[in-house]
Order: sequence, then structure tokens, then C-alpha cells
Amino acid sequence: MSSHHESILREPLVTGENITYAQVTDDILVPVENKPNKAWWIGFIVSALGALLWVVSISYTFWFGIGAWGLNKTVGWAWDITGFVWWVGIGHAGTLISAVLLLFRQNWRNSINRSAEAMTIFAVICAATYIVAHMGRPWMAYWALPLPNQFGSLWVNFNSALVWDVFAISTYFSVSLLFWYTGLLPDIATIRDRATGLRRRIYSILSFGWNGSVKTWQRFELVCLILAGISTPLVLSVHTIVSMDFATSVIPGWHTTIFPPYFVAGAIFSGFAMVQTLMLVVRKVMGFENYITMFHIESMNKIIILTGSIVGVAYLTELFIAWYSGAEYEQYAFLNRVSGPYWWAYWIMMTCNVISPQLFWFKKIRTSIAASWILSIVVNIGMWFERFVIIVTSLHRDFLPSSWAMFYPTVIDVCVFIGSIGVFFTLFLLFLRVLPAIAIAEVKLLLKSSSDQAKQKLIREKAVKADHAEYYLESLSKFDSIPQENEYAKN
Amino acid sequence: MSKTKYILGHFEDPDDLMHGIDKLQENNISIYDVFTPMPIHGIENKLGIKRSRLGIGAFCFGIAGTITAFSMIYYMLVYDWPMNIGGKPAFSFPDFIPVMFELTVLFCAFGMVGTYFFVNHLFPGRAPRVMDLRATHDRFVIAIDAKHNPYPDKINTLLKEAGAVEIKHNERKYVSYE
Repeated sequence: MSSHHESILREPLVTGENITYAQVTDDILVPVENKPNKAWWIGFIVSALGALLWVVSISYTFWFGIGAWGLNKTVGWAWDITGFVWWVGIGHAGTLISAVLLLFRQNWRNSINRSAEAMTIFAVICAATYIVAHMGRPWMAYWALPLPNQFGSLWVNFNSALVWDVFAISTYFSVSLLFWYTGLLPDIATIRDRATGLRRRIYSILSFGWNGSVKTWQRFELVCLILAGISTPLVLSVHTIVSMDFATSVIPGWHTTIFPPYFVAGAIFSGFAMVQTLMLVVRKVMGFENYITMFHIESMNKIIILTGSIVGVAYLTELFIAWYSGAEYEQYAFLNRVSGPYWWAYWIMMTCNVISPQLFWFKKIRTSIAASWILSIVVNIGMWFERFVIIVTSLHRDFLPSSWAMFYPTVIDVCVFIGSIGVFFTLFLLFLRVLPAIAIAEVKLLLKSSSDQAKQKLIREKAVKADHAEYYLESLSKFDSIPQENEYAKN
Repeated sequence: MSKTKYILGHFEDPDDLMHGIDKLQENNISIYDVFTPMPIHGIENKLGIKRSRLGIGAFCFGIAGTITAFSMIYYMLVYDWPMNIGGKPAFSFPDFIPVMFELTVLFCAFGMVGTYFFVNHLFPGRAPRVMDLRATHDRFVIAIDAKHNPYPDKINTLLKEAGAVEIKHNERKYVSYE
């Protein structure tokens, strides 16, 4: 058997009748092989304007220095690092989906991993722009690397979490890019073999000469498995090290051992929310309802409840430990967070991250596309505020009350942030246009075992127990891509 | 002697393809290669392809990364320019671990994928050696070297019996060259 056996009780991962291997290729390549539609153009123009805003505001920052931002001598890190951590966190879901879910043999990852990995790469690019920008003198960025320099052989300090971060982020970016591109090769070859003329030449170069022979596939699967195996600890290490940028300092509110797991959970939480935001739109605009099904949406919502709850427990643990520590500076840092001048930011964070995702316990809400989309945006907002609260509230009232200050963003701060969202969406929309948004080969793997049509066939042939079949048919009622009045299943 | 170089059997279903391989092997017809749009599990055992040793390579690359990172940091922080940081020892091994880990992953990933590209002759701009254009789309293709197996009629019948939907007798090995 070329395909594994799957229990009839499992919900289908591919819906639709008469989905053949050819149909899968045709459906997924529609946006790549045709002229983009109006929705794409509108989205692209808006994002490109955003990207332009980013170019202008980042150039302004480089020209005039980071005095263009609202930083002051008390709050030396604010929107820049908030934006950096936010973007890196968003990136984590892509690697989680492609690596961790592969190791756990979660086949539903097959239809969302490609876009999620693309999202990872573009989010990490946005994060990296913040790193470079906040250096103030970006032409000195190479000082972060261990290079011998004109002052003698004074090396970077490997005891510093910031140096670890340089290695973590650059490894994460390059390995994610490698994983994504290697996975893309068979699909690029598919486009190549269907294209003509110049398009064929371009995709031919990009395909690296892939031909789909037995040995290529055999080694490809091993390479993907090992990449998944090493990417799993990598993705955990990256946000752990990001959290250590804070946790290894002695600032009250940052100096806690809970940070690594708490940041990793938060990263997965915000990343899945962003995947949800993007996928719900992509599925609608590109017509991928049969490949990104209600099962995928519901599964992602379940991960959002889980990680949202972990984040909630972490917030409460922080509060408890601040009180329990008996350290008055730690206690004040948290009292100030909850009820100080930034109380509103803290409570936006609490509401968006801890309270509203709990709505997903209701099946009606987690299987509603509109509700999932709105809540995913709410989570994104909440996670931005989480980083803002951690960074700014811990800094703005420092050890000397006479230097206490507030942080007010300037127009440039706001424009860099909005602009980075524009950069992200510009890259993502270009990706949708030139590369397949769903891993074609991996979805083909699901067709014989996990598709609705394969399961319906088993039911028709009475190859499964009647009560199991009934359970399966009942589970289909939530799928928006299966016509509910359809009676073909019942015969 | 015919000018046919390769006989290609097209299948629409991977299970039929596996059946076709069995049929051919029962009749001692050697298979040149099989081209498929997706990985077929279990096919390498049938075709007698050995387990790939890429995993061992990946491990060695990873260890090379660990050693590189450790020696780099040791040289820089302990040997070349030890810094007095609060009187603590310069050889602060726990602090070396994050970068050692990152470089292990980096070397392992790039070394392994580089080796993979090298052994499968994959690199940007390489002319694709494709025997049938539909093998990346919707067909599962068995390629048989017609010179080594000079009985085309028998091969035709066997492939048809196994469920091949199309059989091609190609005079060129690769169709992808322009």
C-alpha cells in the first residue's frame, strides 16, 4: 500500500467530490498560473503603500538617528523591541506547524505548512529590520559578529544574551529559509513542467532540476524529517533566547525564570493567530475551501485555546511570584503594571490574550469563520500589548523616582510599525502570486487515505462499521465545504 | 532493432504502480527508475534501494558545528582575550551552550541539505532531466530501459495488465531538453 491506513473516525483533511491528483495541482496552481484577481491587486496596492511608508520612515530614522523615535533616557527600548518580539513570535507558528506537527505525524499540517513557513520567513525579515533599525547606526551592524577588529582582537562577549540572539535569529532565519525552499522544490518542478517559454526557464532554474525519481524522494523525506527534528529545538531556543534578552537583566519585572516557557507559549499563540488571520482570507480569496477545511480551522483554534491558557497561567504566576518573593521592587513593578499609568495596556493584554480566546471552548464559535478571524486579530493585538507592557512598564519607573517618565510614540514610531506590516503583506502577496500557497505533493499524499471521497467510498462499500460511519457522517455537519443537503453520503 | 530507448508506463494510481513494479519484477524485467509527483512509501524496499546514509552525515555536520562553536568561543573568550567580568572565570561554559547549540543546528541543516543537493545533482540552473512532463503532475511513471530489456511487447502487456493508462516508447531519454 502506498498510503497509510486511517481510521474512519478521523475527520477528512481534503473535501470535495472527484478530487484527482490532477485536480489538486490545478486547484492549487490557479493563482500562480493566472492573472491575479481584483482582491489580490487591492491587497497588493494597499500593502505596497504600507511598505513605501516603511521605506520613508526607516530612511528618516537612519538619517536623523533614533532620536526620531519617542525614546527617552528612562525608556530606552519601546516600540522597536516590541515590534521585534512581536514579529519573531509570529514567525514561530510556521516552524511549529512544519516541524513539530511533522514529528507528531499530524497530517493536517500538510495543507497549511507552506504558507505558514512563508509567513515565518517574512515575519523574521520584519523582525530583523527592527534589530538593524534600533542599533541607531546600522552600518555598524557587523560589530555584533565575532570579527577581529581595529581595536585589536577584542571579541564579542559570548556571555551576553544579545550575542546569543544574533546567532539564534540568524540561524533561525537561514534554517527556516532552507527548510521552506527544499520543501518547495517538487512544487516548483510541477509549475515548471506545466509552463512554457520564459516562465519555464525561470521555474527551471528555481527547481534545481528536480525530477521526482525514487531516490530524490527517498532522501527528500529523510532530509525533511531531520530538518524537522533539528528545527523543533531550534524554534524553542529562539524565543527562549529572545526572552533571555530580558530575563538575564536585573530589571524588576524582567528578571524571572518563567520567561523562556512563557515567551515560547506566547510566540506559538500569536503565530497561530496570525496563521489563522492569513489562512481564512487565503482560503476564501484563492478558493482553497477543499484543502483548508473546517477541521484545520478548528484544530488551530484548539491550539490557540491551549497556548492562550498557558500564557494566562504565566501571567498569574508572575503576579503570584511577585507577591510571594517578598521583594518590594518586584512587587511594585507588578502593582505598577496592573494599576499604574499603563493599566489600560495591561488590561487590554489580559482581555485579548487570556479572556477572549476562552470563547473558543464553545464549538459554535471555534467553527465559525467570522468569529475565528475576529478573535485571531484580537489575539494579535493582545500579543503586541503583551510585549509593550513587559518592556515599557518595567522601564518607565526605574530605580530613581526623579527619572520616572512616560513613553509617547512619535509619528515615525507609528509609521515604522504600520510600514512593517505593509512589508510583511507585500512579501506574502507576492509569494501567493508566484509560488504555490499549499504544498501540492504533500496534499496529494492525503488523497487516498484522509480525503472525504476516500472515506465516503469505504462507507459505500460497507468496509467500515456502521456506527463508525454514522459518527463520521455526523462530524461532517460543521464543514462549510461539504454541502449539507447532499445525500450522496447516505446511500 | 527498434529505436526505442525507454519504455514509460503511466499509472494514475500509486497502488497500481506498485502492482506494476511487482509484475515487472516477477518477469525479471529491470526497472530503470520511477518518477512520481509525491513520495511513495515502501517503494524503495521493492526496488532494493538501500536506506539513505544522509542521517549519519547530518550527525557529523552537527557535531562539526558544536566543535567549531566551542573552539571559537574558547579561543576568543578564554585564550585570546580573557576579560575580567566581576572576577568570574573566563571559561564560563554554561554561557557557551546557546551559541554551540545554534551552530550545531546551522551546520547540520546546511551540511545535510548541501549533501542532499550534491548527491542528487540538484543545483540552481541545472537542466531538468525529466523523462515525462506529467510525472510531476498526475502520473506515476515507471521507466524501463528498452536496450536492457529487448522485449517491448511483453512489457506492454505486463504494464497494461497492471493497470497502466498509457505506455510510451520514447526514442529520447529526456523530454525536457529544448
